Amino acid sequence: MTSLSLEFFHSCSAGAGSTKAFPNSFSKRRIRPSHIQTHVSLSCSSRIFSSYSCSATLSSMAEEVEKQTFDVERAALLVQELRGSFNSGKTKDYEWRISQLKGIAKMVEEKEQEIIQALHEDLSKPESEAFVSEISMTKGSCKLAIKELNRWMMPEKAKTPMTTYPSSAEIISEPLGVVLVISTWNYPFLLSLDPVIGAVAAGNAVVLKPSEIAPATSSLIAKLLEEYVDNSAIRVVEGAVAETSALLEQKWDKIFYTGSGRVGRIVMAAAAKHLTPVILELGGKCPVIVDSNVNLQVAARRIIAGKWGCTNGQACIAPDYIVTTKDFAPKLIDALRDELEEFFGKNPMESKDLSRIVNAYHFIRLTKLLDEAKVSDKIVLGGQRDEKQLKIAPTILLDVPEESLMMNEEIFGPLLPILAVENLEDGFDVINSKSKPLAAYLFTNNEQLKKHFVRDISAGGMLINDTILHLTVSTLPFGGVGESGMGSYHGKFSFDAFSHKKAVLYRSFDGDASVRYPPYTPGKLRLLKALMSGNIIVIILALIRWLRSADKIDQ
Amino acid sequence: MEAKEGMEESLAGLRETFKSGRTRSLAWRKSQLRALLDLLRENEERIFKALHQDLGKHPVEAFRDEIGVLEKSTNFCLSHLEEWMAPKKGPLPLLFFPTKGEVLSEPLGLVLIIASWNFPISLALDPLIGAISAGNTAVIKPSELAPACSSFLASSIPLYLDTKAIKVIDGGQDVGEKLLQQKWDKIFFTGSPRVGRVVMSAAVKHLTPVTLELGGKCPTIFDSFPDSRDLKVAVKRILGGKWCACSGQACVGIDYLLVEEKFASTLIDLLKKELKKFYGENPEDSGCISRIINKQQFRRLSDLLKDPLVRASIVHGGSLDEDKLFIEPTILLNPPLDAAIMTEEIFGPLLPIITLNNIEESIEFINSRPKPLAIYAFTTNETLKRRIIAETSSGSLTFNDTILQYLCDALPFGGVGQSGFGRYHGKYSFDTFSHEKAVLRRPFFPELEARYPPWNDFKMNFIRLAYSFHYLGIILLFLGLKR
Repeated sequence: MTSLSLEFFHSCSAGAGSTKAFPNSFSKRRIRPSHIQTHVSLSCSSRIFSSYSCSATLSSMAEEVEKQTFDVERAALLVQELRGSFNSGKTKDYEWRISQLKGIAKMVEEKEQEIIQALHEDLSKPESEAFVSEISMTKGSCKLAIKELNRWMMPEKAKTPMTTYPSSAEIISEPLGVVLVISTWNYPFLLSLDPVIGAVAAGNAVVLKPSEIAPATSSLIAKLLEEYVDNSAIRVVEGAVAETSALLEQKWDKIFYTGSGRVGRIVMAAAAKHLTPVILELGGKCPVIVDSNVNLQVAARRIIAGKWGCTNGQACIAPDYIVTTKDFAPKLIDALRDELEEFFGKNPMESKDLSRIVNAYHFIRLTKLLDEAKVSDKIVLGGQRDEKQLKIAPTILLDVPEESLMMNEEIFGPLLPILAVENLEDGFDVINSKSKPLAAYLFTNNEQLKKHFVRDISAGGMLINDTILHLTVSTLPFGGVGESGMGSYHGKFSFDAFSHKKAVLYRSFDGDASVRYPPYTPGKLRLLKALMSGNIIVIILALIRWLRSADKIDQ
Repeated sequence: MEAKEGMEESLAGLRETFKSGRTRSLAWRKSQLRALLDLLRENEERIFKALHQDLGKHPVEAFRDEIGVLEKSTNFCLSHLEEWMAPKKGPLPLLFFPTKGEVLSEPLGLVLIIASWNFPISLALDPLIGAISAGNTAVIKPSELAPACSSFLASSIPLYLDTKAIKVIDGGQDVGEKLLQQKWDKIFFTGSPRVGRVVMSAAVKHLTPVTLELGGKCPTIFDSFPDSRDLKVAVKRILGGKWCACSGQACVGIDYLLVEEKFASTLIDLLKKELKKFYGENPEDSGCISRIINKQQFRRLSDLLKDPLVRASIVHGGSLDEDKLFIEPTILLNPPLDAAIMTEEIFGPLLPIITLNNIEESIEFINSRPKPLAIYAFTTNETLKRRIIAETSSGSLTFNDTILQYLCDALPFGGVGQSGFGRYHGKYSFDTFSHEKAVLRRPFFPELEARYPPWNDFKMNFIRLAYSFHYLGIILLFLGLKR
């Protein structure tokens, strides 16, 4: 294993001791990993990887699995095969794109229960949540693409300047070729299929690598796509670090990655070798500023929905921390407490409406954030945990030290620190001292504050007086800036993300201006200046002067 | 070490300026763009001189490809900037009423522009127009291989532009490497794929987005023409796209020609005739054609001709003057396809002509090679045009002319595959240096209860109806008339 893949493993699935070597979708056989909640400590998490291959040998099918390993060679064959399909031109066809999108829509429609089941298995995701954020969103994307594709594919007319008269121009969206989508585990269905929908709508061949950390959904996607779409151009490769490394060695025409900044760097470094453009959908610490003049109950509910109602805080746009004023903090905490009880009952550990933590590694990571000195005594609500069930209760902390791990790493879980400041504008400094987040939220009725917030804070997207919802608006680009990533998607932006905008200029043979060509003379320079200015009168004057100067070598 | 510290200090100053918010105002952006125009207008002679010194560029060519292009771009930007800066509305579904959604273009921060030597003024300042228009602070690293232009930029820019926001850092490879180690919010690079990889690899450390403007072998498909007048115009445009743009040292310049075999000799005769009209008997003395930038490039180009089979394929020109770094416009007929001249980007005044039995074969020929920055096609055959559009891929595609797509502000300019990624010119320059921030504004009322847990069947039904925008269904559900 190369150092790259080791690092990769460490960062994306370290501690996922429960995930075994997966036979990929090639092998047509899948082994469902059982959920062994191994108790691993962080310090040895990278070690686990070395036991990764060993654990496979426990299985009687180990040898067979070994043979089926998806290595660089197989990855190369896969890309070659898909490139063949792409080169045949069939994926460029409108009909093909529509039929594939319809296939995906049909799949979501028909297999809704199986998908909800898999999400429950991987994350205990409540059915309603799974339906809202994964099924409906995927279906919505697909339907929008089917409805709009004709329009999206239409060449865009472009104006041509006086200088190039007579001419006409257009911008044509063409597919990039064979693209790779690497997905993540927190919305394992939506974040796998949403980019695939964009890639297919744009006419590309695509390989999807779902996250091995959500194994049930990963293998379900592999199975379903095999059934519902054209496998000569759309493929799933299941697996972990080894498989991903093998895929990253290949030359792709675009790589779309959702996940952490650390792995994002590995992806981009691999892409640099082949000059492959990348879209990185990362995360960050998404702040929420809460003013004291707000409708407290509504604000509290919307914060809760965005935090614990999104895979229990394991979402890249979930609120990470709250900034509010010292006076208002106790009131906000009371409101959050009341509404949390309303949503999840007196004992949230038993609520069916909360997702669990994805695996032991992340459970330990989160408890480490909580157990840090000077942090654990800041808990004002919650703090209960159940390692066996991988559950952590919604937890609110007040005035966690700024230098703590919790205030410096993306939390990605059900912990919500509240920072009390004298003045809300001080909160801007706190936010700006950290790297740019994927989303920033503000609750206020103060127009001035809204203005300053929008002007002074940079984030992938912003939402005022609510959380999360901007993600569902297909007319808004969704993507990060700075550490929260690069490139955007959703709706037409997804189509554009997987398209090359080819400029096409049509010229006629009339109106050939010999000023363009040597031999160069002062008269030509004058005329050229006039032409470049685009001012018709200046052009005519210069032209007359130039003709008079009998500079007609051309004829 | 000292130099590095100095660099870090001046970058910190630029970041401070950005933080102050000064560069975001429309007034600042416009004042800088106007100052750039002043710089160009007041220093025309100095720029002509510098370009002549570095590349032997004739003033007309220099004006056409550098000063003129820049003035045009700046003017275009000035007249559209306000419109570009205005937030764009994102229409929202009724369900969200009364919510407002918009997309705001915000500056990225501190950006690095690495320019190339072939158009040393325009490839440094054209991206700068975009960086300024989007409200960024910027560092320009001009190419050290065009030293006169590089020092012109370093000395004149501080006299015209806001020195606290825009800096020129000139120097060689060591300076470039040091710059790449810094944290940028965007890197805009023009140059070769080899250095492009280095730039992108360096950008990984800080997850910096990059725009790579690279090159490639830009093919020209030359169909036969029934009309001899059209043919003559086409031939001139070929010359314009090969030798008139920095003597072939241009990323959008023609690299090779594809023609039908039966037509090749006519074409070669015409090319020779027009070459004579353009440059006279002795092109070296015409003053109208640029020289090769330096010894290294000169040797690279002369090495391309060393292969005996390549040498034998020369049908016009081929003389080299190492002292004056001049290479005569040279035409080759069917050099071996596996020779370096047909596998590497030529980037010089050598023009191979490859003959095909049928012009339609050119599509396959092009598709079997990396995607070029531009494809040119001279044809009046509409079917062929359609096939080229649909079946080939390139940064841009121009019919019946060369290079002119570069001048169209409404067209995105940029590569695909080996020819790079990202695009600029006109509004695209503004977008390249902006982050499109989605902003959604919500009131506190009305509040939809069904969004929140504890979940029940009513809420599930509501969500189902809401996602399909089935408003009547929603009303019925609330009235208790629908299950």
